[in-house]
Amino acid sequence: MSDLRFTKEHEWVRVEGSTATVGISEYAQEQLGDVVFVELPSVGADVEAGGDAAVVESVKAASEVYAPVSGKITDVNGDLEASPGLVNESAEGDGWFWKMELSDPDELGELMTPDEYKTFLEELD
Amino acid sequence: MHAEIGAKFVPFAGYDMPVQYPLGILKEHQHTRAQAGLFDVSHMGQVRLLGPDADSLLEQVLPGDISCLEPGHLRYTMFTNDRAGVVDDLMVTRRDDDLFLVVNAGCKDNDVRLLRGALGESRVDYVQDRALLALQGPAAASALERHVPGVSSLQFMTATSISIGGADVWISRSGYTGEDGFEMSVPNPAAEEVARLLLAEPEVEAVGLGARDSLRLEAGLCLYGNDLTQETTPVEAGLTWTISRRRRDAGGFPGDDVIRKQIAEGPTRRRVGIKPEGRAPARAHTPVYVGDKHVGEITSGGFGPTVGGPVAMGYIDREFAKAGTALELEIRGKRHAAAVEKLPFTPHRYAK
Repeated sequence: MSDLRFTKEHEWVRVEGSTATVGISEYAQEQLGDVVFVELPSVGADVEAGGDAAVVESVKAASEVYAPVSGKITDVNGDLEASPGLVNESAEGDGWFWKMELSDPDELGELMTPDEYKTFLEELD
Repeated sequence: MHAEIGAKFVPFAGYDMPVQYPLGILKEHQHTRAQAGLFDVSHMGQVRLLGPDADSLLEQVLPGDISCLEPGHLRYTMFTNDRAGVVDDLMVTRRDDDLFLVVNAGCKDNDVRLLRGALGESRVDYVQDRALLALQGPAAASALERHVPGVSSLQFMTATSISIGGADVWISRSGYTGEDGFEMSVPNPAAEEVARLLLAEPEVEAVGLGARDSLRLEAGLCLYGNDLTQETTPVEAGLTWTISRRRRDAGGFPGDDVIRKQIAEGPTRRRVGIKPEGRAPARAHTPVYVGDKHVGEITSGGFGPTVGGPVAMGYIDREFAKAGTALELEIRGKRHAAAVEKLPFTPHRYAK
């Protein structure tokens, strides 16, 4: 998973070419607890880095998921509709949220590497 | 001890509250419905009212029938204001030497002031040295029976004094989950020991306040501050059953005129169950529409693990409050279909 990049809001991005896959981190799913619903963005929608893109609902509460980078949504993970628990089971794998076309690849430089994110989490505790 | 068994805490009403344990809210909820859950609800207020006329004095500040309450029985009721708004909801037990009240954490200081005003300073004992534990679920009675032989025969909504592990415990057959179960007032020094004894039973798991909320929501029970406030009346809340004929006719409590009028004419809005279609949970304050008409608001909502989908309750204008009425919920700017549903979502399974 060393190809992931993380935000301070606990989203992750994996880039292949000009396409990015986005989800929430293992740490985020642990903090949320049992996920019962995910509201995904519409395919074709433009999102901006740091802007609202999805909502994840646990038994406890609803939380916003922000777009880590700017671009256009090209695909969403339809499996989350019937099985929102995938986010808990595989936050950084099968529990991905959406795919997007990057509009400004330079924004990736703002994100944390897995090691930097790990250090960031340690400082949170 | 909570931290030792892995609780996650959040601050509430000045307390650090155990919201969930390692099982997680979903499994804690399911375990309580399947077997038994132990809840620490020591943040709630415990109050003793003393004196032979405590019952009639208490009736001056609430519409419940306390004078007719039999010894060893408890009753659900609520303090009201002059507009019949609910100031707090509570349980009242008649014991041999006092009336024993359990009130909400967020309201307890205000309740004690109100009670001292009605009964006089010296007749109100604000109990600070006892914890409150709830053991809830279909296996609660069999698990507790091993420590308190005979406790299974305690009737629903009655209470008595028992001993657990040498501690003097006041116990009632009651709860806030819709399941059979018990609530126990335990002296602080013995609370941890009693909790450990119960958690050692194979059926019993520690359950936090997260699951307590989803359990009570499925059971259609009100949360003060959400479903009951100073702006909602017992009649609107569907709690008219807590007000006896004698008290309706004679009045003599804050807001009696409003309550009498609402009973006679029907309230303009009612608390109802609301079942969202689809999977999106509708949280408190979600606006409710029928077409373009704003017809009410959700006051409690979330995911119901036993129902297996979202559940909610809220106040709806009376012409739209009938079970089966199609509603629309506005969640994050989008309309979602829902319908009025009869409460509770999960049938009560009290010991009868």
